[in-house]
Parts: sequence; structure tokens; C-alpha cells
Amino acid sequence: MIELRNINKTFKVAKRNAGFGEAAKALFKKEYTKIEALKDVSFNINAGEMVGYIGPNGAGKSSTIKIMSGILTPDSGQCIIDGLTPWKNRKEHVAKIGVVFGQRSQLWWDVPVIDSFELIRDIYKIPKNIYKNNLDELTSMMDLSEIIKTPARQLSLGQRMKCEITASLLHDPKILFLDEPTIGLDTVSKIAVRKYIKQINEQKHTTVILTTHDLQDIEELTQRILLIGKGRILLDGSLEELKKRNSECTNITDLVVSLYEEFNV
Amino acid sequence: MTKYLSLFRIRFINGLQYRAAAFAGIITQFVWGMMELLMFNAFYRSNPSAFPMSFSQLSSYIWLQQAFLAMFMMWFLEQDIFSSITGGNLAYELSRPMDLYNMWFARSMATRLSKALLRSFPILIIAVLLPKPYNISLPADLVSFGMFIVTLILGFVTVVAFSMILYIITFYTMSPTGVRLVAFSIIEFLTGSVIPLPFMPDKVRFFLELTPFASMQNLPFRIYSGNISGSQMVKCLLIQIFWLFLIIFLGRIYMKQALKKVVIQGG
Repeated sequence: MIELRNINKTFKVAKRNAGFGEAAKALFKKEYTKIEALKDVSFNINAGEMVGYIGPNGAGKSSTIKIMSGILTPDSGQCIIDGLTPWKNRKEHVAKIGVVFGQRSQLWWDVPVIDSFELIRDIYKIPKNIYKNNLDELTSMMDLSEIIKTPARQLSLGQRMKCEITASLLHDPKILFLDEPTIGLDTVSKIAVRKYIKQINEQKHTTVILTTHDLQDIEELTQRILLIGKGRILLDGSLEELKKRNSECTNITDLVVSLYEEFNV
Repeated sequence: MTKYLSLFRIRFINGLQYRAAAFAGIITQFVWGMMELLMFNAFYRSNPSAFPMSFSQLSSYIWLQQAFLAMFMMWFLEQDIFSSITGGNLAYELSRPMDLYNMWFARSMATRLSKALLRSFPILIIAVLLPKPYNISLPADLVSFGMFIVTLILGFVTVVAFSMILYIITFYTMSPTGVRLVAFSIIEFLTGSVIPLPFMPDKVRFFLELTPFASMQNLPFRIYSGNISGSQMVKCLLIQIFWLFLIIFLGRIYMKQALKKVVIQGG
């Protein structure tokens, strides 16, 4: 389903020291440093899998998600998702996937959520009856039928995140990318969002790739984890395997910390 | 096509909501137009023959300008598009199966049209009722009225196409301030919104009339008022069509290049 081969991506970042003099100097000559966001990243994901993509801040998680969803173009490497290269066939590719960025919103701020859903229906050309079925199914799953009549700006973060995920599922995507879907949520909302993601994966057989810093998410949702640090894939395996490897770790937090130490990230 | 229409619709409805803003806009534009006319009136009194447009032509020009302000003001740019580029919400826009250029084009058109719709009719009606020569007069004949409508629509699309280039520049500058400032001062002047282009010195005017800026508000308003007529109308229309295609063509190329190296800001 998803195949990445030797993906590389570097970013140019402007840098200068603090102070007025430095700022004035930067007007004439800007200094850039190259940051290697992704180095030789390769992995395969099968249809129907749920994969946790973890790593510290700045490890390259979001960059990978953006490459897989056709937003970023890598410097080199191959990526074939369901037969298409995301950045070359962007429009066809994105019609088949759903993306949720936990730190951004895709809902129109001032109008009821249902209006945003209808715009999405038109954008993805979802046939009326399929749209209605999906909407009924998804809203009853999460008990959203009242919430979607409210303008997005008046929703709590937890309610909004459920709506964001629903919005990305209306067009029956084969793959769902979740970039930190539980960020900023309280425990109750986190549990609800996890339950939702799990149901989607089990009932609709949607392939799910999620990035998170919350290890509980990983423990409850995924069989397989990909650990990335400083732009390289460090580990690819099941949670059980990893636990066996570092048997002295009793919980997953210790496990990840020890892996970070082992790989020096 | 339906998807761009629905995007257009939601934007358009959204724009119609702001009635208080529209009311304030109508008053501002009415007062502004009146002040401009009084100022020009003072000049015309000293020597009416020294000016390239008759005073009644000028009145029509100014009232049309005030009525269709939202369609032709270059500095009237979409804040949402700028913040999408600089803030990173572009990520969501790129994850839609839509062409980004067309998407933003439809959006800009809808915002401008919804504003213009609310404002234009009241201003036009008042301007028709004003005493001569301060009123808006009827177009010279049916042909020039037809040409007015055609060039008005094409001129409006040219403005939107040009503003697309300003948005694309923001991909590189990362701050909309400079773009806005230039649009506000230089381009506004070149399009004839500060003073109509016929008032410029001949050499400057000759040069300006060949630029895309003369194809925006200058052309339809001068056709309506009868300042451009006959074969000159056709010549100007051809120039307008040429620029429109060229600007859209360039905008699409620049957009493609910008998207190749796009960086989503803010992680």
C-alpha cells in the first residue's frame, strides 16, 4: 500500500545571533544552515495496518507525513502510495487519502461544522447517498449529531478534534494520516478519540498512520511502531519485540527513553 | 467545476453577512466620490477646456469607481490567503484534490463580488439621481454599453489574476506587508484609481495604456463615460485580453514553481 525508498529532504534555515548589530548584518548577508530533516527513510506499510510513527520533536515525523500526503516534495527518493507518487499526482492521490493535522483546523471557523462537511462533500465529489451514509455512521459512532450544528469556534478542543477526524473520513479514504491527533486533549477526550480511530481501522479497514508523543496512544492503538530520530528510521517492529529487546524497561516511556539513548538521538 | 462553485458560494454567502460594514462602506464611498468631484470642479472652473475629459465624463468615471471599488481595488487582498501561506494552514489546502490556483482564484472572486454587490447598487442609484453635471450619465449608445459590460468583467478577472501573483510572491517573502504596500501605492496609481489616466502627461499615458494596469478599471469606466470609443475600444479590448491570458499563464507557472519548494511554516 505504502512504499518509501531512500527519501531525503533538507531544509534551509536562516540563522543569526541575537542583537541589533547581527540583525543589521543579516539584512545584507543571510546565513543559512542546512538541516537534514530526512535521511534515507525507507519503509513499507500494508493495507489495513495501523502504524505508530514516533520520535522526538524535530525528528522528521511531520515531514514524512507531509511527503506522503503530497504537500512536500522530497529532494530524492521514491514513494509509491497505492500506485501513485504523491507529489507528482497530487490531485488524484489526495482524493484517496484523509489527513488530520492536530495543530491546525480544516473547519470553517464561523459556520456550523455541518456546512464545512458539505463543502468537503462538494470538493471530493462524494455522491449524495454515500455522503449521507458516512455522515450518519460517523456521527452516531461519536455521538456528534448535535455538535455538528454548532459553529466550529464554539466547540471545545475535544469536540473539534472529533469533528476534524470526521471531516477527513467523509470521502472514504483508503489511508488516514493523523499528525498528533491527541495533542492538547484531556484524558477523557483522548480516550474517546482513540476509540474512534480504533473503530475506523477495524470497521472500515482504513490504513492508519499516526504520529504522537503520547505513549498511551501507541500502547492502545498500534501493533507496529516506527521510531524516527534525527531524520533516520531507527526501529521498525512490534511493541512486543521492542519490549523484549529492552527487557529491563517496565513501561513504554522508559523504553523510548532508553531507545533514544541507545541510538543517540 | 462544481467544487470551485461551492467554494465560491460559501465565500460569497459569508461575504454577504457583513451588512454593517457594507453600510459604512456605502457612506464612505459616497462622501469620497463627492469630495473628489468638488475638488475637480474647482480645477474645471478655472479653465474647462484644459482637461482631457469633460466634467460629466469624469463624474461617471468617479461614480463607477466608487460603486465597483471592491472589484477593482488592488490592495483589497485576501488576508486568509496570506495567513495560510505564512501560518502553515496551506497544508490543509494542499491536501484537497483541487488546483490551488483555481481555488484561490474562485475565493478572491467571491469575496470581491459579494462586497461589490452590496455596495454598488445603492451608490449607482444615488449617483443617477444627483443634479447635473455631478450625476452619472447614461452610456453614449448600446454598443459602448455592451463593451462596458464585457471590459468590466474582463477587467475584474484581470485584477484577480494580478492579485494571484501578489499572493505567490508571499511564498518567497514570507511577509505580506511589502506586497501590500507596493500594491497600495504604486499599482493603485498606475491603474488610474487616484487620478484617471487621461490626466497623466501624454508620454506617461501612452506608456501606461500599454500596461496591464490600464486594462483594469481604466478601460471599462472610460468606455462607459464615452472617453474611449469606436475603433480605439476594440484595440483596447485586444490589449486587455492579451494581458489577461499572459497574467494567468505566468501566475500558473509561478505557482507551480513555488509549490515545488514550498515549506509548511510552523511544523
